[in-house]
Amino acid sequence: MSAISLRGVDIAYAGQRVVHGVSFEVGKGESFALVGESGSGKSTVLRAIAGLAPEWIGEITLLGQPGSHRPNRTLARHCQMVFQDPYGSLHPRKTVDAVLTEPLAIHGIGNRDARVERVLADVGLDRRFRFRYPHQLSGGQRQRVAIARALMLEPEVLLLDEPTSALDVSVQAEILNLLKRLRAEHGLTYLMVTHNLPVVSFLCERIGVMNKGRIVEIAPATALHDGAFSDPYSQALYAASGRE
Amino acid sequence: MSLLSVDNLQVSFPTPRGRVKVVDGVSFDLGRERLGIVGESGSGKSITGRAILRLIRPPGRVSGRLVFDGRDLAGLSERDMRKLRGARISMIMQDPRYSLNPVMTVGTQIEEALRVHERLPRHAMRARVRAMLEAVRIDDPDRVARLYPHEVSGGMGQRVMIAMMLIPRPSLLIADEPTSALDVSVQGDVLRLIDDLVRDHGMGLILISHDLPLVARYCDRIVVMNAGRILETCPAGALNTARHPYTQGLLAAVPQMPETRAELPVMERAT
Amino acid sequence: MRAWLLDESPASRRQAAAGRAYRVTLDLLHNPLTVLGGLIILALILTAMFAPWIAPESPVGQNLSNRLLPPSADHWMGTDELGRDIFSRVVYGARITLLIVALVAVIAAPVGLIVGAVSGYFGGWADRVLMGITDIFLSMPKLILALAFAAALGPGIENAIIAIAITTWPPYARIARAETLTLRNSEFIAATRLLGASHTRLIASHILPLCSSSMIIRVTLDMAGIILTAAGLGFLGLGAQPPLPEWGAMISRGRSFILDQWWVATMPGFAIIVVSLGFCFLGDGLRDVLDPKSARKS
Repeated sequence: MSAISLRGVDIAYAGQRVVHGVSFEVGKGESFALVGESGSGKSTVLRAIAGLAPEWIGEITLLGQPGSHRPNRTLARHCQMVFQDPYGSLHPRKTVDAVLTEPLAIHGIGNRDARVERVLADVGLDRRFRFRYPHQLSGGQRQRVAIARALMLEPEVLLLDEPTSALDVSVQAEILNLLKRLRAEHGLTYLMVTHNLPVVSFLCERIGVMNKGRIVEIAPATALHDGAFSDPYSQALYAASGRE
Repeated sequence: MSLLSVDNLQVSFPTPRGRVKVVDGVSFDLGRERLGIVGESGSGKSITGRAILRLIRPPGRVSGRLVFDGRDLAGLSERDMRKLRGARISMIMQDPRYSLNPVMTVGTQIEEALRVHERLPRHAMRARVRAMLEAVRIDDPDRVARLYPHEVSGGMGQRVMIAMMLIPRPSLLIADEPTSALDVSVQGDVLRLIDDLVRDHGMGLILISHDLPLVARYCDRIVVMNAGRILETCPAGALNTARHPYTQGLLAAVPQMPETRAELPVMERAT
Repeated sequence: MRAWLLDESPASRRQAAAGRAYRVTLDLLHNPLTVLGGLIILALILTAMFAPWIAPESPVGQNLSNRLLPPSADHWMGTDELGRDIFSRVVYGARITLLIVALVAVIAAPVGLIVGAVSGYFGGWADRVLMGITDIFLSMPKLILALAFAAALGPGIENAIIAIAITTWPPYARIARAETLTLRNSEFIAATRLLGASHTRLIASHILPLCSSSMIIRVTLDMAGIILTAAGLGFLGLGAQPPLPEWGAMISRGRSFILDQWWVATMPGFAIIVVSLGFCFLGDGLRDVLDPKSARKS
């Protein structure tokens, strides 16, 4: 059974169809990347799987369960998302502690203090950050908090929406290392959206290239080593990201 | 003689814990060449660019000598400075969406940029705008000139910004992260465009960015900044042999296209 | 203590909250006008609390032999047409003013906040219905509407408060809706939805706290208007009834002697101006500190 499976999915935003007939499968424990330029519909696919883009038709399956058109509690236990903007994805008036306790409160899970401490340690945040507000944290630290929040409910699938594109290179390296380590430790399945091909090369095993709302090619990430893409658009994208 | 010479530039801002120097003793000379300033957020690279244009507002405080084309910028009145900005020194900002006026057509805005510095008859002005739009490789300049900023794409918007900044024919262009809001395929186009224009007009260029490999590709010389200070200056070609551990760390932290490392090297940082 | 409050790494929830409150207070104390406004409001509250000890005479006791005396050492603000000490009446009037202001804020602000947040969060038909109602109220002049309600409910201080509250909530609903619209699509709301949070939880614990600071600012700035509306209703005889020492009603009675005995109308007028100004200063200061748009980020 695959972790995520999409078959012939069309997605619309405000009546306008932006994604056409997307199909792909992500195996359990696999790390899959969707790449493409802005407007290619890659983030929309992610949001549809999470239930944040309700206007979709086709077939989405998540861990054997049919996909939902809006977020719900069962979905929340299995699948979480990390967003692009570490400044926008944390509530500005809530401490790290409040952010991390909330998922536990929603699902009525006890033993909160210990769980919060454990997740903080997991994402490499010192405990003195626990009662800080987002404005007292750096971008990288905020992104760690956002990852910690996604891990609170111990999901099997993590959707990553450009998780490092707003960060400095040295911080990006830290977060990428963290994501890689967490995946190994918890056996997570990643579906990542990005425009940065080298990041894919580091973190993912397979890559789906999107252009104008369609997947034009699915290739193993090793194609990034030698440029073995068959579709002309993927080749152009590969060439544009190349750093001679 | 150098085009711009910056000597011991310091910029400080007040915080609850006293004044903090965001730029602390930066000095460099710029000829008619392409200089890259690289650093991470908080390194003071953008503030340095703004300080050259005297765009730091109080309570920020600037000290040090800035000599542009033989004139001391600190000694100029705000009025003279306004004349200099745009006409002699131009700046391209990160995101064209915030830098263009949303209720004016693109053509009018470019004309406006020219009119402030030069008086020309109407048809000559139109011709200049047209030529400029062609120079930034916009295929259909007459149609684009009539569009509003929200009707153009990010890459097109950045080209319009470049056209607007270059039409008064400045001798120094400061580009602050000119492509970080753009898609990868467009980034190369925009940077090559800036590069060509800089060469054709014999301008000086200061390219400010966090992206070391990118800067290395489009500049002659690179200045690496961290915490308000210059750590190292080196020729762009010799970046791989950079000596400062910070520069080496920055270079190593970038994932490579054929990435085989299991873990990316991380820099020690004080929190 | 100071170090404990300003600690960058608080050790408990309580310390984090206290630290934040302390920082806001420090920022507020930076602006002299805000401090002045705060002192005026504090003085108003203290006056209302200790009115019987401050006022030298009873606010309602008549003494016809002392009619219309000018301000003097005995009667700091003079006496009115029934020989009552105006200073004592102004002091007791602080109670009524405070009551009106507090009750209106307590009724109108939450109503507006909830209506606006619900309408902005859900959008669609809920938005259309709720904002339609809001617009109906907004389209009528405030004082006239308050007048109509006060007239319909009958004169009296309680009805005046209800009438004012009914007319003040629509702008709050508009503000709350506008704020909610900008927050609704933000990533932290999306992230919390993905955790399985209910709509009630999202509105109550994520959206309302973010709207509340602009609401506090707006309500404080509106206080002056509320006091004036209350005074206006009192002036027209639809607010507090005699012999209650309501400031607006006092001006109204003093109107007949305004040319010869100026102090009768002027003294309560001063009180209204000073308290209104106090609220305005405080509101401006709060805006500088609380409003994320005008704040200098640390």
